[in-house]
Amino acid sequence: MAPNTAPRATETRLSDAYLAQIKSKRLMNFIMLVLFLALLASGFYTADSRNAGGFWDGLGNIFDFPAAMFGEAIERAYLMPAHLIRYIPSLIETINIAAASTLIGAMLGLVMSLLVTRGLAPIPWLVGPLRRILDILRAVPEIVIALVLIFMLGGGPVPAMIAIALHTVGAIGKLFSEVNENASLKPVEGLASVGANWTQRMWLGVIPQVAPNYLSYALLRFEINIRASAILGFVGAGGIGYDLRNTMSWGNGKYDEAAAIFILLFLTIVVVDQLSSLLRNRLTHGTPMTEVTS
Amino acid sequence: MTAATLHAATITQFSRKKRITIAVPLIIIAYFAYIFVSFDVAGLGDRINLNNARTLVSDTYSYKTHVARDNRTDTLTIAIEGERKGTYPKGSAPDWVTLGDTTLVDLGHGHLITLGPQVSYDIPDYGIVTARPGTNGVNAEFPSGDLPDFISASKNRVMINTDAGRFTITRSRAEVFKYSYGWELFFFTLDSPYYGMGPSALLSHALDGEFGAIWQGFWTNKMWRHGDVFWALFETLLMAFLGTFGAAIIALPLAFLAARNFSPLGALRFTARRVFDFLRGVDGLIWTIVLSRAFGPGPLTGALAILLTDTGSFGKMFSEALENVDEKQIEGITSTGAKPLQRYRFGVIPQIMPVLLSQVLYYFESNTRSATIIGAITGGGIGLLLTQAIATQKDWEEVTYYIVLIILLVMAMDTLSGWLRRKLITGDEGGH
Repeated sequence: MAPNTAPRATETRLSDAYLAQIKSKRLMNFIMLVLFLALLASGFYTADSRNAGGFWDGLGNIFDFPAAMFGEAIERAYLMPAHLIRYIPSLIETINIAAASTLIGAMLGLVMSLLVTRGLAPIPWLVGPLRRILDILRAVPEIVIALVLIFMLGGGPVPAMIAIALHTVGAIGKLFSEVNENASLKPVEGLASVGANWTQRMWLGVIPQVAPNYLSYALLRFEINIRASAILGFVGAGGIGYDLRNTMSWGNGKYDEAAAIFILLFLTIVVVDQLSSLLRNRLTHGTPMTEVTS
Repeated sequence: MTAATLHAATITQFSRKKRITIAVPLIIIAYFAYIFVSFDVAGLGDRINLNNARTLVSDTYSYKTHVARDNRTDTLTIAIEGERKGTYPKGSAPDWVTLGDTTLVDLGHGHLITLGPQVSYDIPDYGIVTARPGTNGVNAEFPSGDLPDFISASKNRVMINTDAGRFTITRSRAEVFKYSYGWELFFFTLDSPYYGMGPSALLSHALDGEFGAIWQGFWTNKMWRHGDVFWALFETLLMAFLGTFGAAIIALPLAFLAARNFSPLGALRFTARRVFDFLRGVDGLIWTIVLSRAFGPGPLTGALAILLTDTGSFGKMFSEALENVDEKQIEGITSTGAKPLQRYRFGVIPQIMPVLLSQVLYYFESNTRSATIIGAITGGGIGLLLTQAIATQKDWEEVTYYIVLIILLVMAMDTLSGWLRRKLITGDEGGH
């Protein structure tokens, strides 16, 4: 800074300038906020006008359906245990779809992630194209692939499994490659110096370093995939979603079975969420430390 | 620790790791074997419908034009994909059809078909098939010798399937299918004056002041409904936008209640957390079903379903972020005599804003995809158009078009949200 002869004057000028800057910035931010809120409000207005039923008309009816459903469920509470047991097999199918697609997706995604990580990729010019493929896999909603596959393969769990697995490859490939970027290259170089090939370098040099992170992301994906698998069932891909659509279509007076499915689905999602967040906490805070020291 | 115990510990650890490296693949293989049986993957071979697969694939890159002659009324109709919307006006025809008393259809490569009271098909390397359909049958005559595989004939029906096209003769109708590459009538339908014009011709018309009419013809294309598709995409985006940002605005104050270091009452914190868990646990699917009962199909239902689910997710994430804020800044603000609201505004919000915004933007991108799925369930946006097109089981070129649009939309949102997130993280400050 240049030495100044009139410190007091400079100070006031500086503070004035600072205040003016802050003021204009605040004003800018305030205008942005108002604009954003106006956008949001007009968005809701547009959505409301393009909806079949209006917001204010429907607001009073929100609880009609849940009330009818749970009213019937309570009325015939003695049937509930039987209903719950009846839908356990489809619940297991839904969980199986999620688990199998997570496993397949994670294994393929792992290979893809190693192929698209700069510095680890065996074929550098493939990194760009493979990344685009991952982007596309991530961008396609599962329901699109599932519906097309249902047309070709018929209903059932396999189309849903393939659809979710493809999406999982895209999502996990990207996440894992971000993890790979943080892996230390020293073990890889060490392995390369003793003549290890690419597979050995990855399998022994990279994967052990990042395995806890991999597992943690895969578990998070499993949570997401359970929800996806229930939704795909709803469009005809088997599992508890399919039963839910059927029971819903039976109409008034038969909602107790739908209520049973709602309960099963809710409990499953909550339990899986809790279990996986417990495991993930242990993976990212607990075990890695012991892995490092051992 | 002596060398001996260290050695022993290492040995046990190694053998434990060995066992794990063998056990994990075995468990995975066993699980896949179970899945193979329980999903009946072996029976997939019987269930797979190769015909459907073939139509689907060929329909995505080609289309067929029907030239049909009604033998009872002696009228000829030419229609793309056999649809009313793609029917050629009377007296006009594509250049490979020559209209007349007997219509001549040139399928290319020497395949010639004449349609009239007597129909004939000149098949290269085989000969001429003629038929005179009437009340007593189709009266087909074939070149001498056994019938080849590509012809199936009975008294009342002859079907000829060649590389150039398909020809079906029944007592009442003679119909030719010609396959062509591309998406038919993508820009203009046949009733538009701009149908079949090249880009340069269109440009010169546009410069002559017909731009509005050209745009109108494209926008209201009855076959592809570009205007409707645009609105559907907009609705899908709207659902994601309203759901994500609405949820963020609702979740922010609630997150203060759920954060350990801000919540005044333990009971309040507990309640807020259970509300978040409930909203997340009920899941988008159930919210969608419940809300569509109240509000009917449309973008508002989808937006509210996303809003409810994400209020739970955001509430949880925001409260975790709030629990990790640096107390020093708040103390600093307090020391200047700031009231609680001012403390939050200047001590807390600037700290957490970049993190929160980047999470919200990340969700915005993924909700664009969810909005498609929710639209398919409740009936709104591009998801609805997609399920409708798939339900017809023949408009696969439209399905492909929608899929491409969805992918582009999601990727555009991905790029936009990534760009904004980078700007937030590297920007000088994102707090105010």
